[in-house]
Amino acid sequence: MAANLPTHSQVQGGIGVTEPSTTHDEHLHHDEHHDQHWLFKYVFSQDHKVIAKQFLITGIFWAIIGGTLSSLFRLQLGWPESTFEWLSPFLGKWIEAGKLNPEFYLALVTMHGTIMVFFVLTAGLSGTFSNFLIPLQVGARDMASGFMNMLSYWFFFLSSIIMFTSLFIETGPAAAGWTIYPPLSALPQAIPGSGMGMTLWLVSMALFIVSQLLGGVNYITTVINLRTRGMSMSKLPLTIWAFFLTAILGLLSFPVLFSAALLLIFDRSFGTSFFLSDIYIAGQALNHQGGSPILFQHLFWFLGHPEVYIVIMPAMGMVSEILATNARKPIFGYRAMIGSLLGISLLSFVVWAHHMFVTGMNPFLGSVFMFLTLIIAVPSAVKTFNWLATLWRGNIRFTTAMLFSIGFVSLFISGGLTGIILGNAAIDIQMHNTYFVVAHFHLVMGSSAFFGLFAGVYHWFPKMFGRMLDEKLGYIHFWLTFIGVYLVFMPMHYVGIAGFPRRYYAWTGFDSFSQFADLNKFISAAAILAFFGQFVFIFNFFYSIFRGRRATENPWNSTTLEWTTPVVPGHGNWPGEIPAVYRWPYDYSKPGAAEDFIPQNVPYSKTQSSNLPYERDTAE
Amino acid sequence: MIALGILLVLVLLLVVFGLLFRIQILTSIFSGSSTREIGTSNRVNAILFIIFMIIGGAAFAYSFIENYGKMNPPIASVHGHEMERLFWTTMIIIGIVFVLTHILLFVYSYKYQHKEGRRAYFFPHNNKIEIIWTVIPAIVMAGLVFAGWKEWTKITGPAPKDSVVLEVMGKQFNWLVRYPGRDQKLGVVNYRLIDATNEFGFDLSDKSGLDDFVAGEIHVPKGHPVLLKIRSRDVLHAVYMPHFRVQMYAVPGMPTKFWFTPTKTTDEMRAELGNPKFNYELACNQICGRGHFAMKLNIIVDEPDDYVAWFAQQKSFSEQNPDVLANFKQKSDKLGEKENASAAAAVVTPAAKASL
Repeated sequence: MAANLPTHSQVQGGIGVTEPSTTHDEHLHHDEHHDQHWLFKYVFSQDHKVIAKQFLITGIFWAIIGGTLSSLFRLQLGWPESTFEWLSPFLGKWIEAGKLNPEFYLALVTMHGTIMVFFVLTAGLSGTFSNFLIPLQVGARDMASGFMNMLSYWFFFLSSIIMFTSLFIETGPAAAGWTIYPPLSALPQAIPGSGMGMTLWLVSMALFIVSQLLGGVNYITTVINLRTRGMSMSKLPLTIWAFFLTAILGLLSFPVLFSAALLLIFDRSFGTSFFLSDIYIAGQALNHQGGSPILFQHLFWFLGHPEVYIVIMPAMGMVSEILATNARKPIFGYRAMIGSLLGISLLSFVVWAHHMFVTGMNPFLGSVFMFLTLIIAVPSAVKTFNWLATLWRGNIRFTTAMLFSIGFVSLFISGGLTGIILGNAAIDIQMHNTYFVVAHFHLVMGSSAFFGLFAGVYHWFPKMFGRMLDEKLGYIHFWLTFIGVYLVFMPMHYVGIAGFPRRYYAWTGFDSFSQFADLNKFISAAAILAFFGQFVFIFNFFYSIFRGRRATENPWNSTTLEWTTPVVPGHGNWPGEIPAVYRWPYDYSKPGAAEDFIPQNVPYSKTQSSNLPYERDTAE
Repeated sequence: MIALGILLVLVLLLVVFGLLFRIQILTSIFSGSSTREIGTSNRVNAILFIIFMIIGGAAFAYSFIENYGKMNPPIASVHGHEMERLFWTTMIIIGIVFVLTHILLFVYSYKYQHKEGRRAYFFPHNNKIEIIWTVIPAIVMAGLVFAGWKEWTKITGPAPKDSVVLEVMGKQFNWLVRYPGRDQKLGVVNYRLIDATNEFGFDLSDKSGLDDFVAGEIHVPKGHPVLLKIRSRDVLHAVYMPHFRVQMYAVPGMPTKFWFTPTKTTDEMRAELGNPKFNYELACNQICGRGHFAMKLNIIVDEPDDYVAWFAQQKSFSEQNPDVLANFKQKSDKLGEKENASAAAAVVTPAAKASL
């Protein structure tokens, strides 16, 4: 297989342009797919674009599952006194005498989090767009290793199958929260979900991590080695910078989660005591001694915190690209944008313990992590201001992708600002694990990342499928979602300030927490409506794949390399030689230029009228 | 039958939507608007952003003011007031940033919407501006970190020597409370000794445990520092007392602690809120299983004198469970006889007073 892949020497040395006859014969052959069985073309494909679509469609599947689970537990939270007999055809024994089983409620919450964070916003988002855009935007025929890339998807697929199966087993799926803190996650006596469900969760996540690492190694290698002639790091689109740094974060942090999972597996099955100590449960004193549940939290959040940036950075990159393209203006402060991405990446490794201020960790450590956490607000603020400055005096086209990008900026601000409250250890004493936290991260990483995902799909759909998504449906989808998200998560802050704890099956038992019954009903109704609004997108997506308006090569008049490929690029991406790059990716509305955009592959020698004093071709 | 009818209606609705969608596409092709690159919808979306800002902003302001009264749990501890000040100061700062950035975002979106013949302003970077909006947030953050750090070190600093000490232990799914008794020392416990009667796992061969007593709810005196010693005997729990702004995990194998000073008795708070049924509540705030949402314990803040009286009435665990004690006696024969007698006979009141 690997032998059939496009070789990269031509790109790397810049010498390949003269020898398309040798290596390219194979490609052309490939492009026409005469020799390819459909099984290898659409299923076990090594083409990064097909793999990207596989990630995307699997991600959409998981998003529907994750959304459905959240609708179920929002029903319970909005109407805690009602009976849900009508759900028993779907949920079977988890409806007990008309009531949702509290353990199943916890399973719903756990699986919603796991699915959304890992399967949708990690695999679905960066799996789709890193795969799709990296080779196309850096000017490569494919990923560094197409075979490993294929494996990356199939490990993800296997992991998905296992996680999906765990939803249907008798003792129910994992139910210890998506953070799976032991001892709860270690002891089946503590909650039935920690039996087979947890085992499957751990196995699935182990495979998921393998998938992430295979993907990440590929992304990094491709960006470093396979850039086309002239594509220096300072000419990379911000999307690529974001994907590149995201992959590095994943590569450095996912193995730590793997180690945590491994140690947990040992504690669960082989009697070790890494995380367990002094436990008396179900009428029995356990033999585990000397372990620390807090150690697990350190390991978990050492991944867990970079993970939220793994989720949000690809969205940031795509939004930067889409804002510039549709404002017809260069992204403001290109270097500052790269600098802030680097800053965020670096800092994301040293803020993890802000999830643990009140775990009994040494308060001095809390002070250090509070300091580091609030520093990370600075690069985030810089990014926000740069996005606003990009809009300033632009000439904005509201494509659906642009709407979602503006929505992203709005949600990122709204959710990011409350991070300043939660990062403050003294205030976090009260806010920790309340709905204030839930509202915060659903805005800043959940909804924002989703908006980035949608923006990306609307923007690059033409390149993926050669057709356009319907704009009108896109507008409806955007406004439903944008309004819906705010209706859900703004009131959630109020509930959180009042101290409502998260992962509660019902608040009705507490006088302190029973004053917001109406607001909870409201939130639930808004959440369920916003969820149904997503079917507008799903319809649009599948309809447009087959019946959408045909796209042109460069429908958004964009500057980056992917738009220099044919409407539907074949395996190998460019039928002829790979274009060389001469300029940065944001030459929009340059004074003196004939058009309001100059693609990256246009040499300065052809744009004499618009060149700035220092701009001349260096790529030759 | 009804289900079938509903299904049929849904299917028909979908068909209608599908047809409408198709008609819309056909008309747009017919009218030529599908080929125009930038049509009226650009203007509509720009206006919608302004409408969203105005209506959304108004709705936010209204709902915030409407719910403000309900969202602040009344404060009943000394550090709670400081924390509350810090919280709302930060809220005001981020509120200002929130409003300003959103106005810029939506107004720019509206103002710089596409106009035929206009060209965007080529403005790729400006280092001075970048420096300004890096430094200003950095300064604001530094201020907030400093204020937070000062408060945090105060709250998490060592408890005053004269604190009233009590132990809260989490288990699936309730809280157990233990007081050190008149000797002011919590006795040794061992999780291997836990059973249905000895829920704490008292090791009664330790003398300091003989006068420890177990209580059904937490009593603390107003105006005195209280040191909570927190444990768990099975999975993680978290002691969360929203009115006192107290939260700390209960970790099996690793005792934790938190101290605070209550400022209002339960009765005072009842009078203040006009709610005779009000109680301070302790909730579990770390997922722990089926009964997580129902792990409630009432906290009663007494006047110091009432607290002392209450303390005096309590009977020690060893006294209430002579058979458990007898068990330990068998093991260590020398221990106990006279200790026990003196414990029973002792006047507890002076000790409780001393503890204040």
